[in-house]
Amino acid sequence: MSDEIKFSIDGVEIKAIPGQTILQAADAAGVYIPRLCAHRQLSPHGSCRVCTVKVNGRPQAACTQPAAPGIIVENNTDEMKAVRTSIVDMLFVEGNHFCMFCEKSGNCELQAMAYRLGIAAPQHEYLFPSRPLDASHPEVFIDRNRCILCGRCVRAAKELDNKNVFQFVGRGIHKHIAVNAEHGLSETDLAGVDRAVSACPVGAILRKRVGYSIPVGERLYDKQPIGSDIEADRSSAGK
Amino acid sequence: MTAKKIIIEPVTRVEGHGKVTIHLDDKGQVTDAKLHIVEFRGFERFIQGRPFWEVPVTIQRLCGICPVSHHLAAAKAMDLIVGVDKLTPTAEKMRRLMHYGQMFQSHALHFFHLCSPDLLFGFDADVGIRNVVGVAAKYPELAVQGVMMRRYGQEIIKATAGKKIHGTGAIPGGINKNLSIAERDALLKEIDQQMAWSKAALKIAKDYTVDHLELAKAFASFESSHLTLIREDGAMDLYHGNLRAIDKDGNRIFDQVNYQQYADYIAEEVRDYSYMEFPFIRSIGPENGWYRVGPLARVNACDFIDTPLAEAARKEFMAVTGGKPNHLSLGYHWARMIELLHSAEKIQMLLNDPDLQGEDLVLKGERRGEAVGLIEAPRGTLFHHYKVNENDQVTMCNLIVSTTSNNEPMNRAVSSVAKKYLSGVEITEGLLNHVEVAIRAYDPCLSCATHALGRMPLEVSVLDCAGNVLSRKATN
Repeated sequence: MSDEIKFSIDGVEIKAIPGQTILQAADAAGVYIPRLCAHRQLSPHGSCRVCTVKVNGRPQAACTQPAAPGIIVENNTDEMKAVRTSIVDMLFVEGNHFCMFCEKSGNCELQAMAYRLGIAAPQHEYLFPSRPLDASHPEVFIDRNRCILCGRCVRAAKELDNKNVFQFVGRGIHKHIAVNAEHGLSETDLAGVDRAVSACPVGAILRKRVGYSIPVGERLYDKQPIGSDIEADRSSAGK
Repeated sequence: MTAKKIIIEPVTRVEGHGKVTIHLDDKGQVTDAKLHIVEFRGFERFIQGRPFWEVPVTIQRLCGICPVSHHLAAAKAMDLIVGVDKLTPTAEKMRRLMHYGQMFQSHALHFFHLCSPDLLFGFDADVGIRNVVGVAAKYPELAVQGVMMRRYGQEIIKATAGKKIHGTGAIPGGINKNLSIAERDALLKEIDQQMAWSKAALKIAKDYTVDHLELAKAFASFESSHLTLIREDGAMDLYHGNLRAIDKDGNRIFDQVNYQQYADYIAEEVRDYSYMEFPFIRSIGPENGWYRVGPLARVNACDFIDTPLAEAARKEFMAVTGGKPNHLSLGYHWARMIELLHSAEKIQMLLNDPDLQGEDLVLKGERRGEAVGLIEAPRGTLFHHYKVNENDQVTMCNLIVSTTSNNEPMNRAVSSVAKKYLSGVEITEGLLNHVEVAIRAYDPCLSCATHALGRMPLEVSVLDCAGNVLSRKATN
C-alpha cells in the first residue's frame, strides 16, 4: 500500500496508516506502550505522560504524536521505564490511593501499572491532600482522592454519552474534576450506565453498591498484567 | 526504701502494644497496678463519609490478627442496611466457614505461640527459653502443629474471603464467592489431621488446668459476670445469636436480647489512663457492671455446644466448678481449646455441606439507615454499630471490641497478680512475667481496642513517684 507508514519501535518495524498516532499503530502491531489517560474509544488527550517515548531522541507522548515514516521510537528501554515509574509514582503520592481497601483494586489501571512497572512503594513523599467526595447521585459517586486527572470522564461524557457532565477546574496542584451543576453530581444528567463512569481507570468515579462483588483472584488484573491483552494480539499474530 | 513505679513496656506475646504500671509504696507493697493501652485507633472517625459497602473491607484493617471478625461484624450490619435480614444458605454458610477458620487459626496462634511458653516452662522460667523459639527447640512437634493449624485456618479464610488476611468475601447482603469443589477437597484432605491436633491441644490445656488447679484458683481468679451471643436454643453460636449476660453464679442478667438494642443494655465509661473504654451492663452500673467476654464467658454462659466432642469437653470443664461459672483467668486457655475443637468440628460439617457450592450469593432489600452487627470474635463479643445517610455514606460508627469488654477484668487480673506476687519481695523478671501471664490469658488484641479519634481528649501527664503531676499536655 502506497500510503502505508513504516517506522520502528525498539528496533521492530511497525506499520501504520496515515493519521494514526504512535500508540495506535503500536497497539495494532501488538506492541504495548503503557498509558493511563489514553482510551481506545476516546480522542487522544496527552495529559498523563505515562506513554512518553523517545521519538528520534526527543520525549513525546505516544498517544498524541502522529506516526511518521522512518521515525525511531524508544519505548521499552530502561530510560523510558524510569520516566514512567517516576510519573506513576507521582500520581500515587499526589492523591490518596489506598489500594489495600479500594474497591477498584484488581481492576484499577493505576494499580496495575504500578505492578507492571515494579513499584512496590512510592519514592516521593505523600502529599495527603484533602479532597471531597460527591455521593449525592443515586447511582454513582465521585471519590476525588483517587482521581489522576486523566480526563477520560470528561471526554467519554462528551464523545460517547453526548452529555456535558464533567470538566476540569483550577490550575496546577489545585486542578480537579468538577461537575456541571451547582450542588453536585445528582443535579447532572449522568446515568449509572454511562460510559463516563466505566471509562474511569481508577476508583474515582464508581457505580454505587457493587463494590467488591468480584472475588479476589477473579478481577481483571488478578489474571494478567495490564497491557497483556495488546501483547497477546502480537503473539497470536506470530509477530 | 522509697516509693517507686515499675513499668512493663511493651507487654509481650500479646497482639498490639500496651504497658503496665505498678506502683509500690515505701515498704515495697504494691498499691496499684494498671494496664494501659497506648495505641490509637481512630477508625470510627475516619470511615465517616465513606460509602457503606466499603466498610467491611476498610474496618477490618484495624487488625491483622482477627480481621475476619471485623469484616463479618461490619458485613452483618451492612446486610441490615441493605434490607437483608436473612442471607441465602450459601452466603451464611460461607461466612460461617470463614469465621470458624478465623477462630481456629487465632486460637491456635494464641495457644501454641503466645501462651504455651508460660505453660510449658513455667511462669518464672529462664526468659531465654520461655519464648516461642524455646518451644520450637524443646517441643518441636507442638511448634510445628501450631504453625500448621494456623496455616489451615488461614487457607480456609483464603478460600472464603479471597485472601488470607484482609479479604473481601463478605459483601452487604451476602458473599462474593462460593467454595469450589477443588477448594473444598483440598481442605477436606487435611481436616482429620487438624481434628486430631485440636483434640491433643485441648488435652494439653485441660491437663494443665487440672494439674495446676490450686495455682489457677489463686492466680487472677475473681468472680464476674459473663456476656456472649447465644443461639435461640441456648447453644454456643460464634457467628450469630442474641445477647445473654449471666452473673457470677450463672443467673441470667438478661437473655435473648436482640443485639440491635445493645445500647439499652451496655454502656461505656471513659477513664483517664487508657485509650480503651470500660463497658458495663447498664442495669448494674459502671462500678460493678463490668463483665468478661471470650472463650471463658462463652463456655460459661451457653447451655450446650452443638458439636459432640466440644460438648463433651464443655461438660468436663463445667464439672470442675460443679456446673457454676468458672472464674479462673487461667481457665481461658482450656475454654479456648474447647472452642478450637468446636471450630474444627464445625469446619468439618460445613465442608461436607453441598450448600457451599450454591450459586445464590447475594440478596437485596429495602435500604435502612442504622444497623448493628455482632459476632463472637476469638477474643469475645464484638459490636459494630453504624448509621448511613441517604447518600450511602457512613455518618456514625461505634465499635465495642472484645478486648475493650475485657478491660476491667484484665486490670483486675493485673492488680491481683501484682499484689500477690510482687509485694515485699525482690522483684525479678520472672515475677513480672506473672503479670503478663494474667493479661495473656485473655488473649487481648490491644491494637483493636482503643477508641475513636475525636471522641476522647488526649492527655499526657508526667508524674513523679509520689504521683504528683510535674507537667501535663492535653488536646481536645
